[in-house]
Amino acid sequence: MRPEPVEGFRPAQPAEDVHGDVSVDRLALADELAGTAADGSTAVASADAAEYAMRLGDDALVLAQQLGMWIARAPELEEDVALGNIALDLIGHARSLLHYAGTASGRSEDDLAYWRDEPEFRNAWLFEQPNGDFGHTIARQLAASVYLFELYSRLVDSTDPTLAAIAAKSVKEVDYHRDHATQWVLRLAGGTEESRRRMLLAIADTWPYVDELFVDDALVERLAATGVAVLPSTLRPAFDAVIDEVFAEAVLERPTGRTAFIASGGGRAGSHTEHIGPLLAEMQVLARAHPGASW
Amino acid sequence: MSTPGEIGTEAWPLWEVFVRANRGLSHVHVGSLHAPDADMAVRNARDLYTRRNEGISIWVVPADAITTSDPDAKGAFFESPAGKNYRHAVYYTKSEGVKHL
Amino acid sequence: MTSPADLSVVDPELSVEEARFNDLIAADSRIEPRDWMPDAYRKTLIRQISQHANSEIIGMQPESNWITRAPSLKRKAILMAKVQDEAGHGLYLYSAAQTLGITREEMTEQLIAGKARYSSIFNYTTPTWADMGAIGWLVDGAAICNQVPLCRASYGPYGRAMVRICKEESFHQRQGFEILLELMQGTEAQREMAQDAVNRWYWPSLMMFGPPDDQSPNSAQSMAWNIKRFSNDELRQRFVGMLVPQAEVMGVTLPDPNLRFNEETGEYDMSEIDWTEFNEVLAGRGPANAERLRRRREAHEDGAWVREAAHEYARKQSERALAAAGAVA
Repeated sequence: MRPEPVEGFRPAQPAEDVHGDVSVDRLALADELAGTAADGSTAVASADAAEYAMRLGDDALVLAQQLGMWIARAPELEEDVALGNIALDLIGHARSLLHYAGTASGRSEDDLAYWRDEPEFRNAWLFEQPNGDFGHTIARQLAASVYLFELYSRLVDSTDPTLAAIAAKSVKEVDYHRDHATQWVLRLAGGTEESRRRMLLAIADTWPYVDELFVDDALVERLAATGVAVLPSTLRPAFDAVIDEVFAEAVLERPTGRTAFIASGGGRAGSHTEHIGPLLAEMQVLARAHPGASW
Repeated sequence: MSTPGEIGTEAWPLWEVFVRANRGLSHVHVGSLHAPDADMAVRNARDLYTRRNEGISIWVVPADAITTSDPDAKGAFFESPAGKNYRHAVYYTKSEGVKHL
Repeated sequence: MTSPADLSVVDPELSVEEARFNDLIAADSRIEPRDWMPDAYRKTLIRQISQHANSEIIGMQPESNWITRAPSLKRKAILMAKVQDEAGHGLYLYSAAQTLGITREEMTEQLIAGKARYSSIFNYTTPTWADMGAIGWLVDGAAICNQVPLCRASYGPYGRAMVRICKEESFHQRQGFEILLELMQGTEAQREMAQDAVNRWYWPSLMMFGPPDDQSPNSAQSMAWNIKRFSNDELRQRFVGMLVPQAEVMGVTLPDPNLRFNEETGEYDMSEIDWTEFNEVLAGRGPANAERLRRRREAHEDGAWVREAAHEYARKQSERALAAAGAVA
């Protein structure tokens, strides 16, 4: 139904507004995308740097997409808000990184997020593993955030100023994500029998996907040689040290020996587990139904 | 007597949240929340009450740890200052017009 | 009109507390949690604030439905922040209600048992992206009209929660307006999507203000207590007055062929609202009543083991701390 336009309107304008009205604070807004210059422009990434940024951006995007599913489903309202904050941080990282990645090929962050197919996604498998129960989400969060914290802590010194700027903004945020995950690992592992059973299962299910995060390949070796990227393998000792500390306090053991099947680094080359297909289909369905539309 | 809302039967107790908006200001009560313990309470408070840069420091206090004045004793408790005008600068009128006083 | 303050003089039966309560209301001052208050005032507030909190929480669902499918990363972030705000608003309001002597657990139990109400508007479904725009513009717009006067509600904690909520909500309506504006400036398919959503949400949003004044049983008492400041019809008029120029800016048509400003009455004339649908939805026969409650119940029940774990961990930690303190002493 499309009703006819109506004639003869005149908005009421009382001299004094007895209802009161919404007030909007005047404030200076910070940049929405990290790594952009004061005039909003971004340096153009080299082909290699773009590919690298896409890997990091896809990690953040796929994880944010999953955490977004918790909103209105979390164990307590306070946790809806907490997981929402983490997801929002990650969308911010994804946007900055994909925006930068797109500069090499003239594509926007949304071109990359919505118009690439599964084999073009470069996220590691850990990030596409499903939410599972809250324990699985927390186990994935722990591995992801400790890894991201170590990565961004080093990437702040990248010789690529855009990547360094994005890392500088992101590292503080993933530090909080790490703390959030740690707090929950302690509580679930040290809570009830039921929660401990679930936490143990979640860690066992999650840990096979950890090795892939630390696989070096030709791209990162080239980039690391010029100080643009951080060699993933060099992050492993720090990652394990932090995890061991958390697990010691939670009286958990770090799983070993079940991780070989993943060490090929499949995600970085565009080969994925079966979880990402439905995830992307859902994420992209509306955008793809309206090619060329803006929102 | 603890703060209103503290009921004592909840698994996750009630916490009162105080936020310092900026250096040089006091922590001000902003609301309450539920959390299983102090560590989580301060984190939940960060997520809930400082999403828009509202603060640089947070206090959380278990609602049952706050002692309040007896609301039925309003008169006895708060009326004594009335009439003690000599505590206020405006009471002293002879110095009017004299600078720096 | 006799004010409650006058009553305290003429009515010797009135207790000291009640006289004081009436004086505070007459002076347009605030009632605080520990003050004496009439049972009916307390009950009215618990009902209204908990319904309001429940509405925020149930209201997360129709929008969270689109978080995973938002058509751009910017819109995804905005929508997520908005739904997250709603969780926050539910929290502020549950806390305000809690100062009246009811726990969040009790309110949640009542909600998922289907014994507590929430705003019927959230029992409508959100089949298209344009619904995100229409909810922001119309539903949040109507909510803000209702809520701004509530910032001055006589019950202190409620008013303070509303101040915070209104401040945060200012972005909700704007982002809804922007979504629709963007669609109206887009392709033909996008424009149709926007108009269709406005057609579907316009009347339900007008119904959010409640029944006409002459059929609103609780309104008079709530106004006497300074909880409610304006009548349902006054607020509805004000809302329509704000929508009309905004609709013109966007180029959407409000689906009421009889809507026009009446110079004589100074109000908008509009078609009769069809309350049969409203009453159907209110009675639990809306498109999504069962689904909304089922999902809330599921989230609460699925989360039970997590809440218990954290509670148990806290208990063990404080036991350990006590034991350690004992060992030192």
